[in-house]
Amino acid sequence: MSLAHLIGKTGKPYTVEIEKRHIRQFAEAIGDTNPLYRDEEFAKTTVHGGIIAPPTFPIAMSEESEEELDLGLDYSRMLHGEQRFIYTRAIRPGDVLTCQLKVTDVYERDGKNGTMEFIVMDTEMTDEAGQHVVTSRTNIIYRPISANA
Amino acid sequence: MLELAQLTTGQELPAYIKEPVTKVQLVKYAGASGDFNPLHTDDAFAQKIGMPGVIAHGMLIMGFLGEYVNHLAGTLATVKDFSMRFGAMTFPKDTITCRGVIKETYEKDGSRFAVLTLYAEKGPEKIVGSGEATLQF
Repeated sequence: MSLAHLIGKTGKPYTVEIEKRHIRQFAEAIGDTNPLYRDEEFAKTTVHGGIIAPPTFPIAMSEESEEELDLGLDYSRMLHGEQRFIYTRAIRPGDVLTCQLKVTDVYERDGKNGTMEFIVMDTEMTDEAGQHVVTSRTNIIYRPISANA
Repeated sequence: MLELAQLTTGQELPAYIKEPVTKVQLVKYAGASGDFNPLHTDDAFAQKIGMPGVIAHGMLIMGFLGEYVNHLAGTLATVKDFSMRFGAMTFPKDTITCRGVIKETYEKDGSRFAVLTLYAEKGPEKIVGSGEATLQF
């Protein structure tokens, strides 16, 4: 487990203010026309009580977190294997979220090109009250060098 | 929109067909998500590393499944957990169909939940990724 030393590595916390416009642009890029992401009047009539962000929106914050933690890895060997979002509540415009990246697990599995390593990274997002909002869990496949040709 | 009382384990949900993926969409998604890996926006770069051309962001396809999930959730349910495992690559002009099956429904701490198994396909039996979502009603 040559990457085991990465477990527990933690990035610097950073803060992101959630803008209505960013939520709308993110939904538009997906081609998601659900009024829940842009129409306050409609969104008020739903269980959410107002505009929320699409379920995969936290990824737009996780992208930033990788700049805050240098793991010394070869990016060309990294593949995005799995992604998970664990929600306490939906993200809303006006939220000021504090995000922090942490390596939570490293494990190995045998593949057809040799042993593959997996790195699990959590970006935890909390609101101004310190309450958990969502955890974005990224599972990275770290490919063997031999498969890199 | 799903009505919890009518959901049964193994039930197939109505499929949801997306417009074909476009290169402009990949540029928009790069901007909105902050993922500027040129593999998704620059054909010359993609060809240099052995691809026929740009490929879609895996997270864009998960975004399609997220669109499907909140379409199913409607105005009454909230997404509590949502995951996806990435498989085959998606290219511009591919049409993604989202499918879902009810895995289970349960009650916990006075709340009611439905777990959905999700698939993104780019053709019959050509699955590009599978996932799972938990909805709270």
